Amino acid sequence: MAIKPVTPTDEFVKGLWRDNPVFVQVLGMCPALAVSNTAINALAMGLATTFVLVMAGLSVSLLRHFIPREARIVSYICIIATFVTCVDYAIMAISIELHRALGAFIALIVVNCLILGRSEAFASKHHPGRAILDALGMGAGFTGALFFIGIVREILGSGTLFGVGLFPDGFQAWTIMVLPSGGFLAMAVWLLLVNWLKKREAEAAGRAEEVAS
Amino acid sequence: MNGPAPVQFERTPAWKMYRSIVGIGALCALLIVTVFVATADRIAANQARFLARAVAEVLPAAHTTVSVGMDAAGRLVPTSGVPALPVFLGYDASGALTGAVITAQGMGYQDNIRVLYSYSFEIDAIVGFKVLDSKETPGLGDKIEIEPHFLANFEALDASLNADGTALANPIVTVKEGAKTEPWQLDGITGATITSVAIGDILNASANLWIPVLERDALSLTPVSDGEDS
Repeated sequence: MAIKPVTPTDEFVKGLWRDNPVFVQVLGMCPALAVSNTAINALAMGLATTFVLVMAGLSVSLLRHFIPREARIVSYICIIATFVTCVDYAIMAISIELHRALGAFIALIVVNCLILGRSEAFASKHHPGRAILDALGMGAGFTGALFFIGIVREILGSGTLFGVGLFPDGFQAWTIMVLPSGGFLAMAVWLLLVNWLKKREAEAAGRAEEVAS
Repeated sequence: MNGPAPVQFERTPAWKMYRSIVGIGALCALLIVTVFVATADRIAANQARFLARAVAEVLPAAHTTVSVGMDAAGRLVPTSGVPALPVFLGYDASGALTGAVITAQGMGYQDNIRVLYSYSFEIDAIVGFKVLDSKETPGLGDKIEIEPHFLANFEALDASLNADGTALANPIVTVKEGAKTEPWQLDGITGATITSVAIGDILNASANLWIPVLERDALSLTPVSDGEDS
């Protein structure tokens, strides 16, 4: 059977569902669990990470023939740390309040294994166009996953969504959901759902193949 | 049985490694410095605006504020620039002293907490409070910023001085939620005990340092024209 060529669209789309960085590759768990206590924090962290992913992917791809194999990790970390520092300054210049909300987790984007992973596994082996599409797809998948975890945690843990109250005064918020353990619980439920959907998808594809043959 | 032969890579010459690492380091440093220079003014303006808003929030009666500090002899003197923990005297439109705003810092549950509080010379009490910087646990420790009964402590938290004016007459202490019986006690937050106790300790240490000096010297300082409008 001929192997279907990978199109630029495939490079972007794979990060959204098939190879989603959080629900499938289980990468970048530190911010996914720590900063997803509210929907807005999750979105802001996702967008900041996406920016660093794209810029690091582009830089690594452009410099891939210049960086020796032995010095690649230190070079990638240096590039990633630079863009994280730039994001840190940019967020402070945009809003001190947003910077206060994200706290130490902006600096921790440096150690997000998703960014180093994509730089090493993809950007260093492909031309800049594909590296950007891959980074955009992975960033969108990461932001979406954080956002879905954040929605569950904020609704159950604070009774709000984007800071707007959803329940009557008598609602007793599940404080555990905004604590780190709540991150693990929300993550586990989403993983269960995603794996169940993927299993169904695979079974349906198998049946379709049987019918076709 | 022989396994597959390990892949042999050609060794990169040392100068290529230096070229790569030093080159990337220089490019990164250049980018960081460029972004820093490009955003520095805006960040400083944002921080000044944030601080001015916070000062206006905790001392709304002040029309003009003057930054003050302590000299080597422990006397209150006007200062220029913004120190790490700024202190301001607030004056109303007629130039009368309305109060002081003090920045204080101390260790919370997770990290340092930086707060701003206002002191009323009229009733010898802390009458305003705002958290400037905190990394306390979301949903628990961060309740010090939103919990109504905790914020109600700062309607008039007693900070009067002892007879010789050298320290607080009664130390500011945090008590269990609902157990407040004295005006110098902070009604704590159940579930955020360490953070609310830390706030009591931070205020007690800062008030013991600043309020005796402010009470002794503040009236002798007159407002200056280049004070920061709040």
